[in-house]
Amino acid sequence: MQQIPVSLLTLVAGVIITLFSLWVGQHHSLLPIQASEQAPLVDGFFNIMVTIATALFVVVEGTILIFLVKFRHRKGDDTDGSPIEGNLPLEVFWTAIPTIIVLGLGIYSVDVFGRMGGLEVGGNSHTPVHVAQMPGSAIAATLSDPSGMESEMAVPANDPDIGIGAGANEKGQRADLVVDVTGMQFAWIFNYPDSGVTAGELHVPVGTDVQLNLSATDVIHSFWVPQFRLKQDAIPGIPTKLRFVATKVGTYPVVCTELCGGYHGSMRSQVVVHTPEEYESWLAENRIAQQPEGLKQAVAVNPAELSKSEFLAPYAQKIGVVNSH
Amino acid sequence: MTLEIPQNQPPGSESTSVVVTESTHHHQAWKWYHYFTFNVDHKVIGIQYLVTAFVFYLIGGLMAIAMRAELATPDADLLDPNLYNAFMTNHGTIMIFLWIVPSAIGGFGNFLVPLMVGARDMAFPKLNAIAFWLNPPAGLLVLASFFFGGSQSGWTAYPPLSLVTAPIAQSMWILAIVLVGTSSILGSLNFVITILFMKVPSMKWDQIPLFCWAILATSVLALLSTPVLAAGLVLLLFDLNFGTSFFKPDAGGNVVIYQHLFWFYSHPAVYLMILPIFGIMSEVIPVHARKPIFGYKAIAYSSLAICLVGLFVWVHHMFTSGTPGWMRMFFTISTLIVAVPTGVKIFGWVATLWGGKIRFTSAMLFAVGLLSMFVMGGLSGVTMGTAPFDVHVHDTYYVVAHFHYVLFGGSVFGIYAGIYHWFPKMTGRMMNETLGRIHFILTFIGTNLTFLPMHELGLQGMPRRVAMYDAQFTHLNEICTIGAYILGLSVIPFTINVLWSWVAGKKAGDNPWNALTLEWTTSSPPLVENWEVLPVVTHGPYDYGVNDRGSKIQSIAANS
Repeated sequence: MQQIPVSLLTLVAGVIITLFSLWVGQHHSLLPIQASEQAPLVDGFFNIMVTIATALFVVVEGTILIFLVKFRHRKGDDTDGSPIEGNLPLEVFWTAIPTIIVLGLGIYSVDVFGRMGGLEVGGNSHTPVHVAQMPGSAIAATLSDPSGMESEMAVPANDPDIGIGAGANEKGQRADLVVDVTGMQFAWIFNYPDSGVTAGELHVPVGTDVQLNLSATDVIHSFWVPQFRLKQDAIPGIPTKLRFVATKVGTYPVVCTELCGGYHGSMRSQVVVHTPEEYESWLAENRIAQQPEGLKQAVAVNPAELSKSEFLAPYAQKIGVVNSH
Repeated sequence: MTLEIPQNQPPGSESTSVVVTESTHHHQAWKWYHYFTFNVDHKVIGIQYLVTAFVFYLIGGLMAIAMRAELATPDADLLDPNLYNAFMTNHGTIMIFLWIVPSAIGGFGNFLVPLMVGARDMAFPKLNAIAFWLNPPAGLLVLASFFFGGSQSGWTAYPPLSLVTAPIAQSMWILAIVLVGTSSILGSLNFVITILFMKVPSMKWDQIPLFCWAILATSVLALLSTPVLAAGLVLLLFDLNFGTSFFKPDAGGNVVIYQHLFWFYSHPAVYLMILPIFGIMSEVIPVHARKPIFGYKAIAYSSLAICLVGLFVWVHHMFTSGTPGWMRMFFTISTLIVAVPTGVKIFGWVATLWGGKIRFTSAMLFAVGLLSMFVMGGLSGVTMGTAPFDVHVHDTYYVVAHFHYVLFGGSVFGIYAGIYHWFPKMTGRMMNETLGRIHFILTFIGTNLTFLPMHELGLQGMPRRVAMYDAQFTHLNEICTIGAYILGLSVIPFTINVLWSWVAGKKAGDNPWNALTLEWTTSSPPLVENWEVLPVVTHGPYDYGVNDRGSKIQSIAANS
């Protein structure tokens, strides 16, 4: 039988490894579902990296294993291996190929990052905004006094320079929905400046251009929605932003990823992506509930202002006395 | 016990052997109690570094086991979350600053560099001893900080968190890091001078062992980057204790500047931890594969390239922080470029295996284990260097997985390989190969079981540095915890092996591996001033198979 040449075996191995790597790159299912416009961009890029990494992993580990078996020391053989000290074409080859791969990945990543809106936001990041902080009272101010919050909290007056999500198309345009997000030990507070609503979880309509203006009252926090593939630090003194369009209705976790103290692991919230109608009804409910008048009507009823019959009506109903008049 | 000043010839002088002394006490080996003194011999200091670092490795490892036990369930039911954070911070601190760096650079560097270049000692022996003796107080400061709550802000110590949690413990932590940083600077100066000016004149530049090239690159990197960390930490100390506001945002400070100062050192610190290990790999693989290292110059220059490019990659830790767009772009490209010289080294080692006569000694097993695991760590590192993907996985368990593949699968495996390889030279006795193999198998399985699932955890949404997590991640965390227990067990056969072999192991002889670098030309353990007569270099350090140089390795099978 004629010997199969090594080059032919190498070629076949190359084809098999390429096909296998391409398959792995498309079927790894390592990432959670995609729920923002940026997510498919990140995933497409990750799939390519997984493809390349799989090929390199199989080739290098395979070579190591083959060499370990083939060139293992055999009993009784006390000679040294062949004294090969180098091979210039081979060394140039394996320097050039990784260089081309990483430069290609670098250029591609810059392109993807630009399309995600990571490069358009610019400017001098190191100009801190002087924050009017009130140590120890920040939480109380936030919860009890929404009107006073804007003056006390690190809500930026202008569009923040640092962040991700504002692509070339959106740059300079106001987002459809702006939400001021404040990170504090150990909660996220979401304030809707247009409607005056304050909430402990983020509600956004699907398909809407949303801008989060991030700030932090105490230490650094980091806002991450894994299904959006987006993350941005909330930094005390430096306003940042995160801009996205949610593409899938559902409820997703909001995770703080920057160590922020003992209960960092419990600093979790959620983002609810509604249909536009659901969102409007959520907004309407919360707007009414949080209006000062509404609060007065619902809770702070002053008995002195009621007539006797009005005051007694609930009790009369309770004991079954029906007013016939 | 006094030592004479090393009597090396200046560079360029005649290559002649020099008889240094005829005094008999130089022929004696050190006694055990010398290792507890302010000894200025580089070999004693090297072993002091190694043993001290290993003790801290055990302490840091116990902290890791406690953390993994906590993470076996989603709730914080074993450790108080603040205590968890203190464990997490000090685990990282101890493993980086008191285990890997001191053992790889201080331990192996001190023991081997003068021996490998044919010097009688380091250039500044007393400075060398001072550098070592800064480490134990630093370690004690870190451990004592637990009595004050323990620093809880992670090894990164980002303000404002580091300014508001356990201020006394945080100050002790800063002082400890400044001490080890000072030690690192003093040690690096010593290495640079020793390698550049004290090599034996008969040794040509392309005959310097690759470990020394790696230590040279490491030292230059440490000299350039460590002062920046020290500056950042001193400013933090001032903010903590003296009312300044460099990093206090409510008083006009900027928290992002700290991150720049910190990462300007701390990313190169990764190379400080891995470059000496690359050096160890380049020594261990040729000896046990019985082959010249493939691409000597490429491996030497790639160390210098990593040293240079490594200074310009730090912002990839801040892609989600306060960095403008152009910075993300520049640092994406520069970070990716570091993969090239690293790849050159890996390919060089793989090619060294080709056509060899590979002995599966414990040292070689760990070296090959490193090779296979570092590929994984390197590939995940490339993915994280790219800004768009880094945004998703930054500060998640994917990062934890990546750096443990690099630092455990890389550095720790390398340190083990180095210990198995040079133990005969250090102690004059062989280690037990059977225990070594058990150690390797447990370590290899434990490492992969612990850290492989973490990639998936991070990608799916588990942040790092948490004592409690979402219940959906329970199963993968259980696997990680079992892996960590196996890693904990793996240390037992190693510790028994070292202690037993040191006392009663088989006598090693001068050169049990039949290696060709200079340290094997002296007795085991080496004489007080290394050689009675300085060696003359007549061949390259890796000339295996050249003119029948190098041959039979002393049979290690007899031991196993």
